[in-house]
Amino acid sequence: MEEEKKGSTSGFWRWAIASVLFRLILVFFPKNLHLSSRPEVSTPLTSLRRLSEGYWLKQSSMSPYAGSMYHGSPLLLSILGPLTALRIEGQPEHLLCGLFFILADIVNAMLIRATGQCLQMAYSQRLKALDLVKLSAASGTIQSGNLAALVYLWNPFTIVACVGLSTSPVENLATILSLYGACTGLVPLAAFGWVIATHMSLYPAILIVPVILLLGYGPDAPPRKVFLQKEYKNGGQSNVQVIFSWRQLVHFVFWSIIWGTYVLVLCGISVKQYAGLQEMIRRTYGFILTVEDLSPNIGVLWYFFAEVFDFFRSFFFIVFHMNILFMILPLAIRLKHRPAFLAFVYIAITATFKSYPSVGDSALYFGLLALFANELADIKFSFFLFCGYIGVSLLSPVMHNLWIWRIILVVESVSAMLDHDRMLMKLVAARKHVDSKS
Amino acid sequence: MELLRRPIFSLLLLLSLPISFPSISLGSAVQGEDGHREEEFTEELLLKPLPDRKVLAHFHFENTAQRTQSYGRHHHLFPKAISQLVKKFAVREMELSFTQGRWNYESWGGFDPISSSNAKPPGVELWATFDVPPDQVDASWKNLTHSLSGLFCASINFLESSATYSAPEWAFQPASGNLRYGTLPREAVCTENLTPWLKLLPCRDKAGISSLMDRPSIYRGFYHSQRLRLRPAKIIADGADSGIVLEQTLTVVLQPNGFRTKSSHSSENKIPPTWAMSSLLGRKIEGRCVLAKSSNVYLQLERGLVAELNALKENQEFVGTTVLNDDLIENPAFEISVKPDWVLKEVGNLPTGSSSLMYGYSIGKSTDSGPFDLHLTWKSPMVWSCPRPPLHASRFLMGSGNERGAIAISLRSTGLNEGLYGSNKDKESCVLPVNVFQVVPWYIKVYFHTIKVFIDEQRKAVPDVIEKIRVSPSEDKVLPGVMEMVLKLPCGVKSAAMTLEFDKGFLHIDEYPPDANQGFDIPSAIITFPNVEAAMHFNQFSSSDKSPLLSRFREKNPVQSYTEVLLVPLTTPDFSMPYNVITITCTVFALYFGSLLNVLRKRASEEERLLRAKGRSSPLSRLLAKLRRKKEVEPQSSTTSSSLFSSKLVVKIILVAAIAICWQYFG
Repeated sequence: MEEEKKGSTSGFWRWAIASVLFRLILVFFPKNLHLSSRPEVSTPLTSLRRLSEGYWLKQSSMSPYAGSMYHGSPLLLSILGPLTALRIEGQPEHLLCGLFFILADIVNAMLIRATGQCLQMAYSQRLKALDLVKLSAASGTIQSGNLAALVYLWNPFTIVACVGLSTSPVENLATILSLYGACTGLVPLAAFGWVIATHMSLYPAILIVPVILLLGYGPDAPPRKVFLQKEYKNGGQSNVQVIFSWRQLVHFVFWSIIWGTYVLVLCGISVKQYAGLQEMIRRTYGFILTVEDLSPNIGVLWYFFAEVFDFFRSFFFIVFHMNILFMILPLAIRLKHRPAFLAFVYIAITATFKSYPSVGDSALYFGLLALFANELADIKFSFFLFCGYIGVSLLSPVMHNLWIWRIILVVESVSAMLDHDRMLMKLVAARKHVDSKS
Repeated sequence: MELLRRPIFSLLLLLSLPISFPSISLGSAVQGEDGHREEEFTEELLLKPLPDRKVLAHFHFENTAQRTQSYGRHHHLFPKAISQLVKKFAVREMELSFTQGRWNYESWGGFDPISSSNAKPPGVELWATFDVPPDQVDASWKNLTHSLSGLFCASINFLESSATYSAPEWAFQPASGNLRYGTLPREAVCTENLTPWLKLLPCRDKAGISSLMDRPSIYRGFYHSQRLRLRPAKIIADGADSGIVLEQTLTVVLQPNGFRTKSSHSSENKIPPTWAMSSLLGRKIEGRCVLAKSSNVYLQLERGLVAELNALKENQEFVGTTVLNDDLIENPAFEISVKPDWVLKEVGNLPTGSSSLMYGYSIGKSTDSGPFDLHLTWKSPMVWSCPRPPLHASRFLMGSGNERGAIAISLRSTGLNEGLYGSNKDKESCVLPVNVFQVVPWYIKVYFHTIKVFIDEQRKAVPDVIEKIRVSPSEDKVLPGVMEMVLKLPCGVKSAAMTLEFDKGFLHIDEYPPDANQGFDIPSAIITFPNVEAAMHFNQFSSSDKSPLLSRFREKNPVQSYTEVLLVPLTTPDFSMPYNVITITCTVFALYFGSLLNVLRKRASEEERLLRAKGRSSPLSRLLAKLRRKKEVEPQSSTTSSSLFSSKLVVKIILVAAIAICWQYFG
C-alpha cells in the first residue's frame, strides 16, 4: 500500500512537471495560436489586452477606468501592469505574464492537491468512526487530491486559459486559496482568499456560505443523521461530535473585515488621484452586474441582452441574478454537511450563469469536481456526459457565436449536478444498506 | 385735422419706402455714424482648370455685419436666421459643411488655400466655438445642432448625442477652448440642403453669380462641398463689439463634358478639354447682384501650369514667332474669350519658383453689356501638376472578420518636403511636425497601447516619433474615442505609417440602422502640417476693391488634409429573433431552476419509498423519519391523516387568501 502510494505520488509529480513543460512550450511559441483573441478565453473582465490598455492609460496619467476598456481590480493592474509593459528582446510579447499565469496555475494545482488530501483524510476518519473501514479503504485507492490536481493541470480549458493570457488563473487562485484555508482551518487565509476573490470578480462572494460551514463544521462528512443512526445503534454516546464552532465564524468575520478594509485602502490609494473608489466600484461591479458589454462569450446573457427590448432590461437583470442567489439557501440547507461540495456547486452555477463567463471558470469547477472522485465514482450517465461535454467543447470554436452549444452545456451541467446530488443520495442509501446489513 | 394729417403722413411714408430702401441697399456699404461700414456683401467666383482635365468652380459669398444697437432686430443684408442663432447660442465661430464626393488631393491640389480650407470630409462636418462658460458649452452645442438641423433640412441633430461629437484641444485648427467638433459621414447631401443655404444670400439665386447654380450641373460634379463659415470680424480693434462675418462657399469640381468627344481624338489626348462657363454650369451670368458691393469672377492658373506656359513661351521666343506678355493672356496654349479686367500675380517666397496667375473680371450690371460667359479654348497639349501637400495622407483598415482589426494611417512623401527644407543643411535636426486628429466612434474600441509607428518601413519606438499625444478613450454608448497627436518626422522621410488595433463592439438591436446597412463609418482623420502654411499672396490690383476671396487666400492657415472615411462592417444579430432568444434563454433558466429544485426536494420521497418497501413497522425507519422530518406524520397514520391533511389545506387556503387580501389592500 505504501509503495503504491509512493508510486502514485512520483507519477503525479511526473505528470505535473510534464504539464508545466507543456505550458512553457505553448507560452514560448504562441505565434500561431491566437488564443488570447478567442472570446471563450478572454472576456472583457479577464482580457490581458484590456489590462495593458488600462495600464497604459494609468501610465499616461489617466484613470485606468477612463473609457470602457478595463474593468478589473486596480491591485491586479499594479501587479500585472508592469509585466505587460516589459518586453524581452526576441521573445513573445507577454512572456512574463504567461510565466506569471503558469506560476498561478502551479500554485492552484498544489492547493487543490492539499485540499483534496485534507478532505480525504477527514472523510476517511469519519468513515472509520462509522465503522465503514471497508468503504474508507476503497475510497483510499484513488488519491482524489492528486487526481484533482492533475485534472486541473491537464484540463484543456485550464491550459487554454493560462496560455491564452486571461487573468482567470489569478482569480481562481484567490478562490482556491479561500477553500484551502477553510479546509485546513486557517481562518486568516480563508478570509483573505474570499475577500480577494470577491474583490476581483464579485461572484465568489456567495462562497461565504460554504467557507463558514467548512470552518464551522469542518470538512465534508457523511450526513449527520448517519452518525445519529450509528449512535442509536450503539446505544451510547458517539465519539464524533458535530458542533458548529462559533469561534471560527467570529474569527472569519473579524479577519474578513481586516482584509476587506486593507484591500479597500489599497484600492483607494491606487485610484485616489483619478476618480476614487466610487468610480472603481461603478466600473467593476457595475459593469459585471449590468452586462454593458455585449461582445460574445460562452455565457447565456450577452445575446439575450443584445436582443431584449430596453424596457425589459432591468427586469431581466434582476431575474437572472436572482437565479444565482435563489439557490444559495436551499443548497446550503441540503448540503450543509458537505461544504466543500457545496462550494463546488456554487462555483459551477456561477461559472454557468455569470455575466462574462470564460473557460477559466469551467476549468476551476472541473478541477474541484475531481476532488469528489471517490464519492461520485458511480455517477449515472458519466460516459454520456463526458462524451457530450467533449463534443460540445470541440464544436464550440466552430460555432462560438451560436447559441446551441452553450444551451447544451448549461442543460448538461445542470443534469450533471442533478446526478451528483442523486449520487450523494445513493451513497447515503448505500451506506444505510451497509448499516442495516451489519 | 389731426386725424387727417396722420394718414397722409403715413401714406407719404409708404410711398417713400420703396424709393428709400433700394437707395439704402444699393449703396450696400451703408455708412454708420462712426464712419465704418455697417453691412456689406460680396460675391465672387473662382474658376480653375485642374491637371486632370476637370474644372474647379469655387463660389465665395461674404456677408459682414457689425454689431450695432439695432443688431439682432433688423438687418439689411445679413440673414436674420443666422444672426439670431449667433446671438442666442453665443457662437463665436462656426463652420458647417455639406460635402459629397472626396477631394482628390493628388490631382486637385493639397497645398493651396482652397484645398486646405474648402476640401471637407464627405457628409456633414460641423464645428463651433462658443462664448459661454465651459460647463454650458455642451448645452449650447446641442441647441445649435437642433437649430441648424431645422435651418438646413439635414439630420445635424444626430450630432446632439455625446457619442457623436468631441472636444479637440489642440490638434484641430483653430485650437480654442470651447470647441466642439462633430461629423456625420453618412449624410446624403442634395438640393434640399442647398436651397436653404441659398436663401441666406441677399439675392438668393435669382441674380448675380449665385444664379449660376443650376442644380443638375452642380450635382453632376465629381465633388461638391457647400460650406458656411461664421467668424468674428476683425475690422474694429476694440474686440468686444466686433461684428460677424458670414462666409458661404460652394466648391464644385466639374468635368467639362461638352467637348470631351472632340478632344479624345486629338494627339495623345493631352489637350485639356475646352470649356465655357455656360457649358460647365449650364447658365451665364446675367448681371451682378445689385446688393453686392463687388461681384468678381476669377480665373486662376496654377503655378505648375504657369511654369509650363513660361517654358512654352521661351520656346516660342526662341523660335522667334511672337513676343508674349508676362501676363500670358495671349499664349500658344489656350485662348480666353473675354479679356480680363486685371491680372494678379502671386508674390512672396514661392517654393517652386513660378508664381500663379489670377485673371479678374468684374461683373457689371446687366444693362452694361450682354450676359457674361467665359470660354477657355485649349490649343495645344498641356500637362502640369498641382501643388501637393508635403505628405500624402491615406488611411485604411487592416485585418479581417467582424471581431477585430487595425486602423493604419499612412503618410507618403510627395517630394515637396525635400524641396521645402532643401536649403536646410543639417538634415538631422530638421523635423516636420504633423498633427493627427482622429475621432473613432465608441463601437470601434481602440487599444491605444498598441500604437505602432513605422518610418521608412522600419518600426520606431513610440516616444521617438510621437512628441505629444492626448487620448480620450471611448466609453460605451457615451463618448467617442479621440486621439490628438503631434508626430515629429524627419524631413527626408519617404513614408511613415501608424497603426492602431481595435476590437469591434457589439451593438444592441436598437442601435443598428433600421434597414439593411453596409456598415458603420469611421469619420475622417485630419492631418495638419502646422509649420507649412497654405497662403497665396497676390499683388493687389489697385482699382479692385479689397476682395474677400483674395484676403482669405492670404490668411496663414496651416496645410490640412482629410483622410478617407472608413467603412467598418459590424456583426449583425438576427433581428427577427428577439422572442426566440428570450424564450430559449428563459427555458434554459427554467430548466436549471426546475431540475435543481427537483433534486433538492427529491430525497424525502425517495427515501420514503425505500423505507416503505423495507417494511413500515421497523422502529429504525420510524425513528429516522421522525428525525428527518419532525412534523411529518408517520406512514402508518396515513388513513387518519386525511383530516389532518384537510386542516392543513384549510390553513394553506386561509394563508393564500390573507396574502391576496393584503396584496389587494396594500398593493
